[in-house]
Amino acid sequence: MKVSLFATCLANALYPDVDLTMAKILTYLGHTVDVPDGQACCGQIAFNSGYFDDAREVARTLIDAFEKSEVVVGPSGSCIAMIHHYYPFLFENDPVYLAKAEDLIHKSYEFTQFIVDVLHKPDLGAKYKAKATYHPSCHATRLLGIKDAPLTLIEHVQDLELLPLPESQLCCGFGGTFSVKMPKISEAMVAEKAEHVLESGADLLLGLDMGCLMNISGYLEKINKPIKTMHIIQLLGEGMKNVHI
Amino acid sequence: MSTYKPIVEKRVDNALTNDFLRKATRRATDRLRHNKYNAADELGDWEKWRLAGDTIRSHVIANLDYYLKQLITQVEKNGGHVHLAQTPSEAVDIVSKIARDHGAKTIIKSKSMVSEEIHLNKVLEKDGISVVETDLGEYILQVAGEVPSHIIVPAMHKTRQQVAEIFEPLAGHPLSSDTPTLTKFVRQQMRQKFLQGDIGITGCNFAVAETGSITMVTNEGNGRMVSTLPRVQITLMGMERIVPSFRELSVLLNLLGRSATGQRLSSYTTILTPPKQSTDADGPEEFHLVILDHNRSEILGDPTFRQSLKCIRCGACFNVCPVYRQIGGHAYGSVYAGPIGSVITPLLENDWEKWGHLPYFSSLCGACTEACPVRIPLHDLLVKLRARKTMTGHTPQIEKRIFQAYRYMFTHEKTLRQALRLGARFQFPFVQHDRIVSGPPPLSNWTKSKTLPKVASKSFMYLWAEAKHKGTIPTPNSKE
Repeated sequence: MKVSLFATCLANALYPDVDLTMAKILTYLGHTVDVPDGQACCGQIAFNSGYFDDAREVARTLIDAFEKSEVVVGPSGSCIAMIHHYYPFLFENDPVYLAKAEDLIHKSYEFTQFIVDVLHKPDLGAKYKAKATYHPSCHATRLLGIKDAPLTLIEHVQDLELLPLPESQLCCGFGGTFSVKMPKISEAMVAEKAEHVLESGADLLLGLDMGCLMNISGYLEKINKPIKTMHIIQLLGEGMKNVHI
Repeated sequence: MSTYKPIVEKRVDNALTNDFLRKATRRATDRLRHNKYNAADELGDWEKWRLAGDTIRSHVIANLDYYLKQLITQVEKNGGHVHLAQTPSEAVDIVSKIARDHGAKTIIKSKSMVSEEIHLNKVLEKDGISVVETDLGEYILQVAGEVPSHIIVPAMHKTRQQVAEIFEPLAGHPLSSDTPTLTKFVRQQMRQKFLQGDIGITGCNFAVAETGSITMVTNEGNGRMVSTLPRVQITLMGMERIVPSFRELSVLLNLLGRSATGQRLSSYTTILTPPKQSTDADGPEEFHLVILDHNRSEILGDPTFRQSLKCIRCGACFNVCPVYRQIGGHAYGSVYAGPIGSVITPLLENDWEKWGHLPYFSSLCGACTEACPVRIPLHDLLVKLRARKTMTGHTPQIEKRIFQAYRYMFTHEKTLRQALRLGARFQFPFVQHDRIVSGPPPLSNWTKSKTLPKVASKSFMYLWAEAKHKGTIPTPNSKE
């Protein structure tokens, strides 16, 4: 299969290793990976702040970039949810782009969903020794309904012990621009999330969205709690070194 | 927002530094939420029930003119008086006049959010009328001079000890803070007031259009006292709170009780068809139904926000909201707090200056939407409110410019690639131990409590292009 990567703006700028590892894993699974030029962002930053016109133009650019792609995979539930949940609304008055948006919706997947539900490869032969806990990101869980796929991937990693995260359903307080617009409320939320992560007894926090992980890890670091945070892709990347990805 | 910004910030600060409030909010919402899950599971397919609730409420909202007319006709046929109030002050005037006409000295009330919405008590008290809240939580707050912090559990931010202290001046002697002592004290106070009440004011969870009946759910039975003992009853309702018939009522009562407190039904479900008929043993001789618009017609005519009128005021969205969980109800500043309050307050009050902060009291996590028993897409409506505020010119210029810049950058990926290279090179003043630890606003809002990773020296798009150029992109075959 020819798989186009949606790098996502955050991973592209701050965590390029997440994108790179995603490319390597997909290649390892026998797929041809391409990264269409011109893609930048799903538009969520502007959309969530109420700047729909700005968001629409950014979304249009993304749609154009993937127009010829067969399948699009991204390392973020939130960005994929933006496409699936809000693009039809964003283009409700633009039949041409509405059709293109629908096409993108039908061929785009969040990474764990793609690996488990589309490729049916729950076991990638990864091995990683850690006591981990998993934060189910809100948009992946609630807007895309992704619940089992990430857990399936994590559970197949050898030597990894998965511990439950108390009150895991609570948002970590990131919320994109919310974190800088309502910084104190956001901080209170991430402080509680950090409490629960510490309570879990894990030494590794896993997730499928770099936004949430950046928020939680940034706070954990500030309060000097050196709990490692990793995207599931990073975990697989580390764990699959034995199979030379 | 400018003049109100410091007020909003102060309220949030007060909430965030009030450890007791925050613990109590967590405890109460956790309990209500878990009760709700159990009560919902019991029904089997909760999603089907939500769909039924949504269907009923959507139907009523879409045909509100019809059902309002039917309700009014029925109430009048039963011998009641109907008053339509377009604004809160009109509603207050209507109630005041009824009170004056009857020379009322004491009015007893059973919890009505609409009476909070129109700020009724203040005006009646100014007229020299003694107004008594008979719901325990509301009564505590009335004596303390506070407003509700939760739509279902109004005084959840008070400890028993605090409640005892609030009541001591009334009792005239020290009160022990154990529950039996406190409830006994309140019961004695209330008994007296119930008998003194000239007029009873109630809220209305649902009005049944077909019969002109009023439904109230309470857990203390005070609603029954308020609606049977006084000679005159006034019921306040928002104009959207109608069900066609008892068939639909049963679905909504199930959804309401289970979503609000995890009860199959609340302890008392009171259905009245006032006024007292010749065959009735008790009930008010005179009945006034005050139906409040307060911009609900505007909301009804607005396809984007019409759905917010489906709300049945169960408070389920409060109990899952991670923002409410941290700050409680008072920080919102509005009569209706929580996610639904953040949606309807700017619309009801039609004042961006004063209430424009509310749509931002959400991380858009979607928990509210998931919890809503009548499927109001609350977090979507919050985003759309932000857009409404933006598009009507109520957001700061600087914010507009930031998003214009964002739009340019993220529609020109090649430029973005270069900008990221530059950013990586010039971020050093803010970097410590390989992390960004400070920065100009709004970045500083982040770095005050969190670190941030550095901008990668080579973005992924850059790396990929580089690898492509060098011919080092991995291919499936090279791996097999």
